Amino acid sequence: MNSNTTMTHGVNLDALGRKPQSRKLENETLCIETKDLNLFYGEKQALQNINLSIPEKRVSAFIGPSGCGKSTLLRCFNRMNDLVDTCRIEGEITIHNETILDRAVDVAELRRRVGMVFQKPNPFPKSIYENVAYGLRLQGMKKKRTLDEIVEKSLKSAALWNEVKDRLHDSALGLSGGQQQRLVIARAIAIEPEILLLDEPASALDPISTLKIEELINKLKDQYTIVIVTHNMQQAARVSDYTAFMYMGELIEFGDTDRVFTNPRKKQTEDYITGRYG
Amino acid sequence: MSKTIKNWFDSGTPWIWLNAAAVSLSLIMVFGLLIMIAVRGMGHFWPSPVIEFDYTLPGKASQRVVGEINETAEVSLEVLHEAGIEIEYDKPWVTRHLIKTGNRDVLGSDFRWLLAPYMSKQHLPQDIVVLERREWGNFYGYLKSIKQNGQIVSNDTRSWDELTERLNRVEEIQEQIRDIEKHKIGSINYELEQLRLDRRQLELNNNKKPQALNRIKSAEDVFKQQFSELQTELASLYQEINRDQLVAEIMDGKQIEIPLSKIVRAYKPNDMSVLQRTGVYLSRAWEFISDEPREANTEGGIFPAIFGTVMMVIIMSILVTPFGVVTAVYMREYAKQGAVIRIIRIAVNNLAGVPSIVYGIFGLGFFVYFLGGNIDQLFYPEALPAPTFGTPGILWSSLTLAILTVPVVIVATEEGLSRIPRAIREGSLALGATKAETLWRTVLPMATPAMMTGLILAVARAAGEVAPLMLVGVVKLAPSLPLDGDFPFLHLERKFMHLGFHIYDVGFQSPNVEASRPLVYATALLLVIIIIFLNLAAIWIRNNLREKYKALEN
Repeated sequence: MNSNTTMTHGVNLDALGRKPQSRKLENETLCIETKDLNLFYGEKQALQNINLSIPEKRVSAFIGPSGCGKSTLLRCFNRMNDLVDTCRIEGEITIHNETILDRAVDVAELRRRVGMVFQKPNPFPKSIYENVAYGLRLQGMKKKRTLDEIVEKSLKSAALWNEVKDRLHDSALGLSGGQQQRLVIARAIAIEPEILLLDEPASALDPISTLKIEELINKLKDQYTIVIVTHNMQQAARVSDYTAFMYMGELIEFGDTDRVFTNPRKKQTEDYITGRYG
Repeated sequence: MSKTIKNWFDSGTPWIWLNAAAVSLSLIMVFGLLIMIAVRGMGHFWPSPVIEFDYTLPGKASQRVVGEINETAEVSLEVLHEAGIEIEYDKPWVTRHLIKTGNRDVLGSDFRWLLAPYMSKQHLPQDIVVLERREWGNFYGYLKSIKQNGQIVSNDTRSWDELTERLNRVEEIQEQIRDIEKHKIGSINYELEQLRLDRRQLELNNNKKPQALNRIKSAEDVFKQQFSELQTELASLYQEINRDQLVAEIMDGKQIEIPLSKIVRAYKPNDMSVLQRTGVYLSRAWEFISDEPREANTEGGIFPAIFGTVMMVIIMSILVTPFGVVTAVYMREYAKQGAVIRIIRIAVNNLAGVPSIVYGIFGLGFFVYFLGGNIDQLFYPEALPAPTFGTPGILWSSLTLAILTVPVVIVATEEGLSRIPRAIREGSLALGATKAETLWRTVLPMATPAMMTGLILAVARAAGEVAPLMLVGVVKLAPSLPLDGDFPFLHLERKFMHLGFHIYDVGFQSPNVEASRPLVYATALLLVIIIIFLNLAAIWIRNNLREKYKALEN
């Protein structure tokens, strides 16, 4: 435990209730690894030679200016980029040393293991209950009692239960933006993935909802490997254990969050976090 | 000055006014059309007063004329002159009336154009009687006496009450006869036909098992026995119904005898309260929508046409929706978006512009002759050479209209699918759903309002289409409905009646155009009402669905 107050360019970590820990990447169990990852949208190269190792049961944040490829990289981990016709990937991505880019990989199965939450809340136009039960029903679960239990558990984990327990069968579209985003997280964790990918989960939300989401991330990181893309450097500093800085499709540096923010090794990182561009 | 005009133009006000004018014009046209149809169609059922007058052309003997004024028009002397009518008149225009005199059996025609200046001593006779008959159209005249089996039973003022009473009796017997002829004998005939087909099938299969033939034989005997019993019953009922006659005097003084069994309705148009008139009005209007047509469709009701239209549209909807939706899903979700799919899309859009009669010819050639012919060969060889499906019928009509309207459903569904946010699809995929599961569980339910929109447009188009139907299944008079009590209840091979065709038939193919013209308006009104009703139902369903997904679009 590192108890001294760390100022990361105006953000007092302790004041936000987070106890920064000093970690060493070398000591962690690795979860996702990429090797010489190149990604092209048609002719345009969006990711260049990404070599990255994301530790298990930690929060890793991707930061960088718009269009730097951080969302693209995130979407590689559950092969969301497959949906883009012109997208072409070279290199290697493994999760627990198993490749996921192979043609033979069952993408649906992969996505069950790697959950994802998007920038804008995207609940289905169904009831709150059915939203959370969606993934379970996909797996063929029909027993009402089991479904009830998992829905309740997931909503509790997503810190939404108290707000919606009396109206589980109302439309999810009636929830506020922040509630919808937590519902989407509950939906993702209901199928118990190993990894949770969060693509700017709080960028469309107000400050209070953002705070709730961040608390939730803190709570969830004991159980899940979380990768979060964020525009907001303070947020990255608040919630993440490790931070990757990306710029123009390249991974500039990746390391312990405190270290990246207080003592960046690369000039580009320093320029970005001190607000010189981006 | 020009500055202010320029300002006025720049402000956009003239365009708003122009738009408002265009919208008002459209509304006026739509409502004007509806009101015209409604007034002409609905007015027909109101019992109008019957006038009596003397008609004296110069140099000719005076005639007594009794009838309803149907229409009034101005005609120029020149036209009359050319028509061979020489008259002296001080004005260039003469008013003439179209008088419905009825009594076609005696006078030769129902209607006469008479010149107003030569009509005199016009009055409303209180005791004039109008009889609606099963044959020969309306009768106008004075009731003289009632006969029973040729013997006069009443010939004074009580005759009218006697008539109403006896007409009620006739109506009851009529109901029984109808039940026997239409339902009981109809069913027996149907069963006998089925047995004949069974026997034919045995012959075709070279199956000469005596017990099978005997079974058919004994079943036939049972039905024939029932048939002859019903025949006896019918004969006695006919004797009963023909018991009474009435004698009445028509406008030229001739007395004629009319059997009561030929009378549908009798009333005294000049001696009725408003309430009684309303009663006659409602009874006639109800007859129109609930009864079968009489006298080559110029009298009676149009129920079979209403039924046929609605049923055809429903079958069409059931066929077109899955077909259009599946096509749209493939084109939007699965097919590689390239040159081929673009050509298909253009072709689909152009299909909507093909004249409907072309679809009719396609339906006749492909569905009726090819498909139907082959179905008959395979499944109904016992009925050949009489075709079962190899002839126009309601199934082929519905199919033809389904391919006519499928482009509309495809375009609307594609539009709906393309509007589903990508985020929703990604959300589902990210939970481990396959593409098919995502489509089935999320995308398609969300696209249902768009599908309904397509269906609404398809129904609107199909319900009004007539030309192709004339080739693939509509007839002037269908003996039985495509849905009835005989197994298997739904008879898709049967021909049917259709309101649109009925309008054409009554309006242009009728032997008695003047008499049937109001019916054309009434039928048109009904067709419009049915289309509006079908559309409203579909819109109601769509709005309910849309409500469910409303918040999503914000």
